[in-house]
Amino acid sequence: MPQLTACPICAEPCEPDDHYCGGCGVELAALAGNAPPHGSAARRAGPPGGGRGPVPSSAVRTVPAPPGARGTGPAAPGAADPRGTAGVRRSPAPAPRGHPDRTCVSCHTGGIDNDGYCENCGHAQPRERDHMERELEGVAGVSDRGLRHHRNEDAFQVSATILPSGAPAVAAVVCDGVSSATRPDEASAAAAEAATDALLDALESGADPQRAMHDALLTAAEAVAALSDGPSRDYNAPACTCVSAVAAPDAVTVGWIGDSRAYWIPDDRVDPRRLTEDDSWAARMVSAGLMSAADAYADERAHAITGWLGADAVEIDPHTLSFRPEGPGVVVVCTDGLWNYAESAVELAAAVPPDARTDPLRSARHLVGIALDGGGHDNVTVAVLPFPPAAGRGTEPAAPRP
Amino acid sequence: MARLAKSHLPEFSVEVYQNEFLPEGGREVNAVVTVTATGGGTTGGMPLTAVGTADGGRPDAAVVLMVDCSGSMDYPSEKMRAARQATAAAIDTVRDGVSFAVVAGTHVAREIYPGNGGLAVADQFTRRDAKESLRRLTAGGGTAISSWLRLTDQLLHSQDVAIRHGILLTDGRNEHEKPATLLDTLGDLSGRFTCDCRGVGTDWEVEELTRISSAFLGSVDIVADPSGLEADFRSMMETAMGKEVADVGLRLWTPQNAEVVFLKQVAPTVEDLTARRTEAAPRTGDYPTGSWGDESRDYHLCVRVPSASVGDEMLAARVSLVLGQPDGGVSVLAQGLVRAVWTDDTAASTRINPQVAHYTGQAELAQMIKQGLEDRKAGNLDSATAKLGRAVQLANASGNENTAKLLAKVVDVVDAARGTVRIRPGVTEADEMTLETRSTKTVRVKK
Ligand SMILES: [Zn+2]
Ligand SMILES: [Zn+2]
Repeated sequence: MPQLTACPICAEPCEPDDHYCGGCGVELAALAGNAPPHGSAARRAGPPGGGRGPVPSSAVRTVPAPPGARGTGPAAPGAADPRGTAGVRRSPAPAPRGHPDRTCVSCHTGGIDNDGYCENCGHAQPRERDHMERELEGVAGVSDRGLRHHRNEDAFQVSATILPSGAPAVAAVVCDGVSSATRPDEASAAAAEAATDALLDALESGADPQRAMHDALLTAAEAVAALSDGPSRDYNAPACTCVSAVAAPDAVTVGWIGDSRAYWIPDDRVDPRRLTEDDSWAARMVSAGLMSAADAYADERAHAITGWLGADAVEIDPHTLSFRPEGPGVVVVCTDGLWNYAESAVELAAAVPPDARTDPLRSARHLVGIALDGGGHDNVTVAVLPFPPAAGRGTEPAAPRP
Repeated sequence: MARLAKSHLPEFSVEVYQNEFLPEGGREVNAVVTVTATGGGTTGGMPLTAVGTADGGRPDAAVVLMVDCSGSMDYPSEKMRAARQATAAAIDTVRDGVSFAVVAGTHVAREIYPGNGGLAVADQFTRRDAKESLRRLTAGGGTAISSWLRLTDQLLHSQDVAIRHGILLTDGRNEHEKPATLLDTLGDLSGRFTCDCRGVGTDWEVEELTRISSAFLGSVDIVADPSGLEADFRSMMETAMGKEVADVGLRLWTPQNAEVVFLKQVAPTVEDLTARRTEAAPRTGDYPTGSWGDESRDYHLCVRVPSASVGDEMLAARVSLVLGQPDGGVSVLAQGLVRAVWTDDTAASTRINPQVAHYTGQAELAQMIKQGLEDRKAGNLDSATAKLGRAVQLANASGNENTAKLLAKVVDVVDAARGTVRIRPGVTEADEMTLETRSTKTVRVKK
């Protein structure tokens, strides 16, 4: 009987008799090919209703690893701080982790075909993007398909670098594919990667962070527009939102297009702030004084976005903001898959674990868990950036924890 | 077993059009599957020397022409004359190297050419001899189509070729054998060759001839005026000469506990293949598609799958085009995936794919014409008016102009958009039979 010593999804160590992963909640028995005959795998260990029937587990069993450059996969176990390693500044792409048995996670009977479907019951097998975790020292991100969508159209990147001054900086980019557009998953992945590359290049060459953020969003928008295979008026061109944050020793900088958000959560939890202003119908109604926030967000049009990255965007209008926090804390950047369950800064602050600054990965997982426990109606992606950035002070290197 | 014309096999591609989103509890998945074969020889009227050739460079095909010589072919006598001319024109179209024969059909089948129990290989001399032998096509006797088909089968299988095709011309009903005999013959022979059928005049039965052409995956049409036969035969033979590969199967995988509600070819004509499944493997069945040249066909697939949770994705069907190999296995020429995704987004799950909607309408159009004409014959004029009216509406809305024109010869159209029609008195039998025969012809989606 195969035994797992660590979760194949999130690398959390586990004991032989653990039924569910303590980190991401996946049913370990199913992954080990040891599922009870009538057991339905639960996505998360959690309250009733939080799980669902036939579900995913480790996508890496069925899907080849993406090209390394893309790096949207889950972090490899014990991903080390890459700073100082020549040429590497982002968390490395995972090595494909094969699994001895390739049996369907849904019916536990069929083998898996080359397209990732069960040869018996036809159920799609978990994909790499269903659940992604990445961590560098001092910055972490987690993304999950959620419980009601068939694929994860969110994407993110976390990165760390050294500024020309010698100071450390960490960055996170989070993107949410527009579901009604074609290939939203490709849009979000392209935007996250292009924005990260542009941002790091600019920061490393000494650019003003706000300027760097603005330009990175424009670069990301171009990358998404380039995915459109029709003329630019193609109504369904691939599209996504983008929110990005940089934490440097002297300032936090955020930039965004769309309705993905960034929040400032101080260590003392006094006066947390939402840093972004949605490009959305609801936000427009509120800012124009036409509706109360409660009424606007209750409207079914609330989430219609008024700004996005894509070939059919009316205009690309990046918003940026820089500020110097008075004390330590974390920046939380996320898609609406999270903030639908913790909308205000106060609600979110209450949900962020006290040790967020020293253990950003656990916080990101915890916040994703809140969205899943709340029903997981959308894909959910969360990145947590400590301020001031770690710079090797007091933060443990990312490693599996009990 | 059929052999491949290896170096000239067309390339197949499969495209799937569907709305994969189902509401919670939804089970029925519809998709239109477009299969296109390219790289064959029927392009631009260029010489077809490269097509369907065996290793020696010789075309790897055989064709048998079956000509009705029953007594009725002499009334009027120009019918027999036109049949001879048409057969001669078809013989002229047989490419060098193709094996061929001519069979005269009455209550028995008679070899006219070459007459030695086998096939002749086309060249200038055999074509001339064959045309001369057509003088022996004389009318007299009855009609027993099974005997024609069985002789044709024998002749076509007297040589080892890749493409086997028959062309059948008749002017009357299959009167001199029991209907069950014909059905048995079709059961025995279907899949052994393809066959196009033509009815000349108006004394034949549309349903009977359609059953034959369907069994042999060929076309069927009416040639009401014998003078039109020659051009029709020539074009039928040209199409036959353009075929590159025979016995292509459409292989369908569906998940455990799924049910294939139907699989229909919907373009260029409606042809229900549902009942023609043969099991190939667990959860896998093969449906015959016959032979292919450079062409494109559409299929409408409807599968009922077990329901799954919102957020789940399932492969509802895998559609492959397969070709049998000498070792008993198959090679997969192309494949497409039909998916099911359960969502609580009602805007997504209620959307109807335009291709699926279009062909649902085209299938209904064919059915309304068939039922409307039956009702009309039976004297149920109210029902006939309603059904033919609906047909006019569907033909009009989908841009099926040819069918709309044929309908307008059978009913007076008051309002095409609303489907208001009046049954027209004094409709000619030819017009009615033309509508009936061509009712299954569809048009593709307006882009
Ligand atoms: Zn885990
Ligand atoms: Zn299965």
